[in-house]
Amino acid sequence: MSRSTLDRYGSKGTAIGQVRGLGSSHEGAHHWLQQRFTAIGNLVTVLFLAVSLALLPGYDYATMREWASGVIPATALALMIVSVFWHARMGMQVLVEDYVHTPGNKFAAIALLNLATIGGAAFGLFAVARLVFSGAA
Amino acid sequence: MAERPLSPHLSIWKWGPHMLTSILHRVSGDGMATVGLAVFLWWLGALASGPEAYDTFASVMGSPIGMIVLVGLSWAFFNHLSSGIRHFVLDIGAGYELEVNKTFSIVSVASGIVLTVVFWAMVLLV
Repeated sequence: MSRSTLDRYGSKGTAIGQVRGLGSSHEGAHHWLQQRFTAIGNLVTVLFLAVSLALLPGYDYATMREWASGVIPATALALMIVSVFWHARMGMQVLVEDYVHTPGNKFAAIALLNLATIGGAAFGLFAVARLVFSGAA
Repeated sequence: MAERPLSPHLSIWKWGPHMLTSILHRVSGDGMATVGLAVFLWWLGALASGPEAYDTFASVMGSPIGMIVLVGLSWAFFNHLSSGIRHFVLDIGAGYELEVNKTFSIVSVASGIVLTVVFWAMVLLV
């Protein structure tokens, strides 16, 4: 271990002295990293949905419901909802930050975005739960 | 033009495939975030509600306009996936040489279209 800040600067260091030499807090790239992690989640779960839908024998209610209420598809759908809405929220946030410059409007747009994405994800998760727990069709 | 000195090269540029790839990445991503998630929630909600709700969804999505929306959304997904993988490669610091960057840009747009065709071939044939 390298010398601690305390060793180097003493206990009476200034605020900047307390953190100098400790390196990056690894928090600066938080948004960027979460966008990448959710992108990987989307890749796996949406691809699972796309391939599953493509392989289904038909798209009528009974076939679709039987597929979607299975343990693995329902789990994948729930995980997909979390990952996709999270990723969409971050992508739309970048869009807002690029094009909405007035502080008040930007605040309102982000607030609306939070309502839409969190509300949408909650609705989606509720729909999956209802599909699974409301018994056989 | 302002009287103060400006960067002399800001207005000197020409179109390159990487610009199209970047624009399509944003268009397909934000298209899915708005239209795509709305259609997805409608599908899921209708499926959870029962046969009548699902039939309404299916008849709207089975109409010509509905099919255009579905094909568009599937393209948006495969395009965003392809250029997203390009972003992961660029993230590790690779693919910035001019020729490689140009080729990869074209390949990612093309693969979005190819994957969309493969997907619909599977939907219609399997």
